[in-house]
Amino acid sequence: MTIETVVANIPLEDRESAPRLDNQDPTIFGQTPSQTVGPFFHYGLPWKGGADLVGKSDMGARPDLFGEEHYVLNLSAPTGIPEGEVIEIAGQIFDAKGVAILDAMIEIWQANAAGRYASVDDTREDAPLDPHFVGFGRASVDPDGIYRFRTIMPGRVPGPGNTLQAPHLAVSVFGRGLLNRLATRMYFQDGDGNGDDPVLGAVPDTRRQTLIARRRDDGHWWFDIHLQGEAETVFFAL
Amino acid sequence: MSDVMPYTREDADFAPSLSTDYRSTVDRSPREPLIMIPPTLTETTGPGAWDRLMVGPSGIDLTAQHKDVPQGQRIIVSGRVLDDRGRAVPDTVIEIWQANASGRYVHSVDNWDAPLDPNFTGAGRVVTDAEGRYSYVTIRPGAYPWGNHMNAWRPGHIHLSLLGPAFATRLVTQMYFPDDPLIEIDPIANAVPMPARQRMVGRFDIKTTKPAWALGYLFDVVLKGRNETPFEDHDHDH
Ligand SMILES: [Fe+3]
Repeated sequence: MTIETVVANIPLEDRESAPRLDNQDPTIFGQTPSQTVGPFFHYGLPWKGGADLVGKSDMGARPDLFGEEHYVLNLSAPTGIPEGEVIEIAGQIFDAKGVAILDAMIEIWQANAAGRYASVDDTREDAPLDPHFVGFGRASVDPDGIYRFRTIMPGRVPGPGNTLQAPHLAVSVFGRGLLNRLATRMYFQDGDGNGDDPVLGAVPDTRRQTLIARRRDDGHWWFDIHLQGEAETVFFAL
Repeated sequence: MSDVMPYTREDADFAPSLSTDYRSTVDRSPREPLIMIPPTLTETTGPGAWDRLMVGPSGIDLTAQHKDVPQGQRIIVSGRVLDDRGRAVPDTVIEIWQANASGRYVHSVDNWDAPLDPNFTGAGRVVTDAEGRYSYVTIRPGAYPWGNHMNAWRPGHIHLSLLGPAFATRLVTQMYFPDDPLIEIDPIANAVPMPARQRMVGRFDIKTTKPAWALGYLFDVVLKGRNETPFEDHDHDH
């Protein structure tokens, strides 16, 4: 029987197009590969207030890059003030030539001041949730290539075995030219327990300082990310 | 001590961060190998439900965000978000952004002289249901030229961003269209080795095509899944 006769037996409205090797093909089922965010993500991803985990502001967004009528992103959910020390974090993302990247975006994920994640997968009862703290933030870099977050100093979270992790933020870097999300961590200069943190301990000591934010004279924390070169930041396989 | 169920590692079929045909990767990709870290609560937790992050309309119809309907071919994209064992990923946000029918973005850095469409922004958000299903309406994005090399054109694509259940599952990718000859000469799509590249190519589907209204495309997104502890046989002493 030819293909033509088989198709002829199917009512017109039920005929399907020829099978191809594509997303629906079970022979290639597996994790969807990562692709770059490209240079034009600003009207689709960083929302107003996305970089402000403490109060209400427009931090994180870049509405200057497109017409006002095209701001369709949602706003940050209303919240009260979370417990803990309010901190400001800023930094730049540098390429191999030491040039600050202008089309990049940073996301953070962190525990609250008590060291508890606002996640169904953190089932501990010994550390309290904070109804005013989610712990996720997103910031585009500004026209000078600087990203900024306002958040809370995270508490300490358990690590493998009986270890306790030092205060840290999980950080994702996205940008034009980045085919994969780059995952790193930000720790704090003189942070409680930096000396025996199980993740810092997995990093060669010559490169450990690339994961540690410095406190500046104005009290803000500064954390630069170097994608490549002499000062290349440590990135993790998760 | 914390109970941590780690996620599977990234698929070996992912693009290397350095993929020289995509020129922007050369100065923006790390040269040091990624460092393996023990999975902790930081990586296995995530912000979960999107309504804690952002409030406002969900944006599932990108053709209904302005006064009139946009130019171009109306399409319905639907599918499921699954983990790499085929289990549904419910209640996860998918953020969408794309160019208009002419391949132009509503972004001031996009200076290609294809026309803007006053009735199209190209940004939206959907949340998966209890079975991991999602669906949104948009117009098919056009191809556009870019500066990677002489006569470089991106195949039509929709940018997708998924939070997934955990920091470890974060994914940004692009969906391509099955009848597009530009895919096989595109350095960004081809940074992913074959056949995994074809996981990013949607399928035309007559069943989800709405008569006299819109063409249907299917696209499933597969995230990293949780590793399971080996099954213990409790019946050995029967
Ligand atoms: Fe694009």
